[in-house]
Amino acid sequence: MHEYSLISALLDRVAAEAKAHDGAVVHHLKVQIGELSGVEVDLFESAYEMLRESTICAGADLEVIPVKARWVCPRCERAITSGEILRCPDCNLPARLAGGDEIVLERIEMEVP
Amino acid sequence: MCETCGCGDPQKVPLEVQESILSGNDERARHNREHFAAAGVLAVNLMGSPGAGKTALLEATARKIRSQRIGALSGDLATERDADRLKAAGIPSLAITTGSACHLDAQLVHRALHDFSWRDLDLLFIENVGNLVCPAVYDLGQAFNVVTLAVTEGEDKPLKYPVMFRKVDLVVLTKIDLLPHLPQVKMEVIEAGLARTMPEPAMIPVSAVTGEGIEEWLSWLDQRRVSGQGERVAADA
Repeated sequence: MHEYSLISALLDRVAAEAKAHDGAVVHHLKVQIGELSGVEVDLFESAYEMLRESTICAGADLEVIPVKARWVCPRCERAITSGEILRCPDCNLPARLAGGDEIVLERIEMEVP
Repeated sequence: MCETCGCGDPQKVPLEVQESILSGNDERARHNREHFAAAGVLAVNLMGSPGAGKTALLEATARKIRSQRIGALSGDLATERDADRLKAAGIPSLAITTGSACHLDAQLVHRALHDFSWRDLDLLFIENVGNLVCPAVYDLGQAFNVVTLAVTEGEDKPLKYPVMFRKVDLVVLTKIDLLPHLPQVKMEVIEAGLARTMPEPAMIPVSAVTGEGIEEWLSWLDQRRVSGQGERVAADA
């Protein structure tokens, strides 16, 4: 259940940003979670519900943007479909993950005095 | 908005962050990596399910390794049993008891490095908590990620746990002495799963009981030492 430690890290980060910007109340958080990030979105959201109480995010909703895994050839940039062999059939090079491992805090919306 | 009407209400502002939630851990992992590189220690993050044979692999490694000095940090939820087993096998070890945490993180490893004499080692194994999910998410500062997969776990594991298999440099397939009792387990099915989850699939089948494959595992470690600290080795190099 590493989702709980991720939410703790998220709440700490938001608190630090809010402090740095004199933000009193946080309204909205937007995060990206990749398909291959190892984060279960349902668990991530329930961990947020549980841990946000009595933090600066108590009244903030959490928006999760799921990101699909995207494998490409590092040379010809041909897309390699998930579930296929992770090697470019043309260039014979191992595929590179071009997206889908994000655990990213994209945006905080907060109220500033 | 409110700055124009003069009502004095606070205003909502968006703040673009665009940073990994794990950036704190990543920073500490970088710090560990610098320590390992400066001391010339090859750190290997050894992951795998509970009972996949991580500790047994290290015991077998200790029996066959020649001149290299090895040590281990051993992550466990509640006990120091693994570290005790490793010490009994002649591997200087320190237990990292994580309590309820299902994985090691860079901070836990960093703290352990202060309590353990590791700078004179050639190889430091960081035996992660038995778990095929969470440990894959946390960088510890290792040079290489290795996962043990026991033949008894089922041949579909690479496809079921793509996050783990994507992250690893090597799969050590353990308990192959049991293969004669497992007619349903097909090596080619495991390999096909790895080709779909690892961009550069690499697997060494071993038995800690018979010692089969352990020499190949030691050669793999040797090559990583020769090729330099913290540098990933290209498969076609």
